[in-house]
Amino acid sequence: MDFGAILKTVISLAAVSGALSLVISLAEKLLNNYGTCELDINAGRKKLSVKGGSSLLSTLAGEKIFIPSACGGKATCGLCKVAVTEGAGPLLLTEEPYISQEERDRHIRLSCQVKVKRDMKLLIPEDLFNIREFLCELVEMEDMTYDIKRLRMKLPPGQTIDFKAGQFVQFYTKPYGKVKEEVFRAYSISSKASEKDHVELLIRLVPNGICTTYVHTALKVGDTVRLSGPYGDFYLRGNCEELIMIAGGSGLAPIRSLVYDVIEKGRDDLKMRFFFGANTMRDFYYMEEFARIEKEHPNFSFIPCLAFPKPEDNWKGAEGFVTVALQEQVQNGENREAYLCGSPGMLDACIRILKEKGFTDRTIFFDKFT
Amino acid sequence: MAPNISPLIIFLASIITSNMILSNFLGMCSYLSVSGEYRTATGLGMAVTLVLVLTTAINWLVYQYVILPLELVYLQYIIFIMVIAALVQILEMGMDRFTPDLHAKLGIFLPLITVNCAILGVTLFMVIRSYNFVQSLLFGLGSGLGWWLAINMLAAIREKMAKVKLPPGIRGPALSFIITGIMAMAFVGFSGIFTIQ
Repeated sequence: MDFGAILKTVISLAAVSGALSLVISLAEKLLNNYGTCELDINAGRKKLSVKGGSSLLSTLAGEKIFIPSACGGKATCGLCKVAVTEGAGPLLLTEEPYISQEERDRHIRLSCQVKVKRDMKLLIPEDLFNIREFLCELVEMEDMTYDIKRLRMKLPPGQTIDFKAGQFVQFYTKPYGKVKEEVFRAYSISSKASEKDHVELLIRLVPNGICTTYVHTALKVGDTVRLSGPYGDFYLRGNCEELIMIAGGSGLAPIRSLVYDVIEKGRDDLKMRFFFGANTMRDFYYMEEFARIEKEHPNFSFIPCLAFPKPEDNWKGAEGFVTVALQEQVQNGENREAYLCGSPGMLDACIRILKEKGFTDRTIFFDKFT
Repeated sequence: MAPNISPLIIFLASIITSNMILSNFLGMCSYLSVSGEYRTATGLGMAVTLVLVLTTAINWLVYQYVILPLELVYLQYIIFIMVIAALVQILEMGMDRFTPDLHAKLGIFLPLITVNCAILGVTLFMVIRSYNFVQSLLFGLGSGLGWWLAINMLAAIREKMAKVKLPPGIRGPALSFIITGIMAMAFVGFSGIFTIQ
């Protein structure tokens, strides 16, 4: 008796759901068949052939491109924004509350609401599109100062990293000593953006820092290092006549990459002034290299600032904190962009001075140590 | 046996005195989340109305010709839900294919209301009150229009309230609930005109 009832329930449920599934599959085949669609991402950087009929969000996820989304495609979080320049159809009512007029002009859509029905052209933030993980080999490690090391890592054969000068990578430690878990920290890339098979980082020993202690004590040449990236929006805009670059300590890393980027792009029209701040003589590094660049490229000038010169240093350059040199040497913010990287204290002081001189949030770019 | 009530009374009562939102508080999820803009609310209201008419019709047939003869009443909830989900899916696909303009206005809301409890609620009321086919159809239509009316009223008020300075604690869902409560009380005033259950 009981067994019969169970059997009947199972069979009826199976029959009903089977019948409905059949109807839906048929409908899917007849109504939702849009064939193969071509997705062109970031003006030809990547082309995908996908099966049409699903939302753009899930189609991209199927191709391992993950657009952030919190609600899972119900048009309630408004996070999954993507620019679709062709093939999206009109803006839907479900999207309207989340898309501002300015975004409408940029063809921003909610990717969970847009269905792939024909060929489409998309613009996805490079960050999302580009982030990958690399298992690198540490090939060089050099002391730049008493507390800053230069790490040079070789990417696995065949892999390349496509980053904009100024961006950073996440560096993953391995458990060492008393530290039982893996941690990761962000470090700006100091090498040239054109060198795609190597990554160089400048890592300063932070007292009690888990990651920097690992680098300075446990890491050896030949070790495997895990990196992911590139990340960040600290990179060259260059819509001006002069770049004011300011760095302290290992903040030199992204600036070095930026300087080489400007040179390699042949932007001789773009003047660069690099203010490099240090407290004592022994905090300076890469001095010969920047002096050489200054000699070879008339559009670059290098202004090292020494806060506390001693008599025996025989220092002939700028004295005092970078802010002093900045106050004296930068006239105004007209046709200038500022790029800063360093400690929060130094950055805040510099940004205050720059704003007094007429720089704005649109012309000041910075990467603050945290 | 179907109750001896005129389908017209059922129709009017389900809009005004037995409103799905204002007297049963069903379908609150999308009612609260999609009532920020009047135009969007209108689209959702239309979609809910359309789905309600279709699902009550189909679920009535399913109930009379599948569930009752096979004695599957204990499985009715699950069957109704599956039927609703399948119907909404197919409806959306068809709309998207054949009437893209209508789909842009209406169809995009369909996935949002698959699990709207007002839809299942209407089906279950129809079964409990043993309506006949015509009664059920008008009950579905009336409930849909009532739901549409309620969300449009809330959306209109919320659009006005967006410009008003409010204490922080009351903004958002809290305010929507207060507005809905006041509207529900106002609708109680209609209850003398006609009643169904």
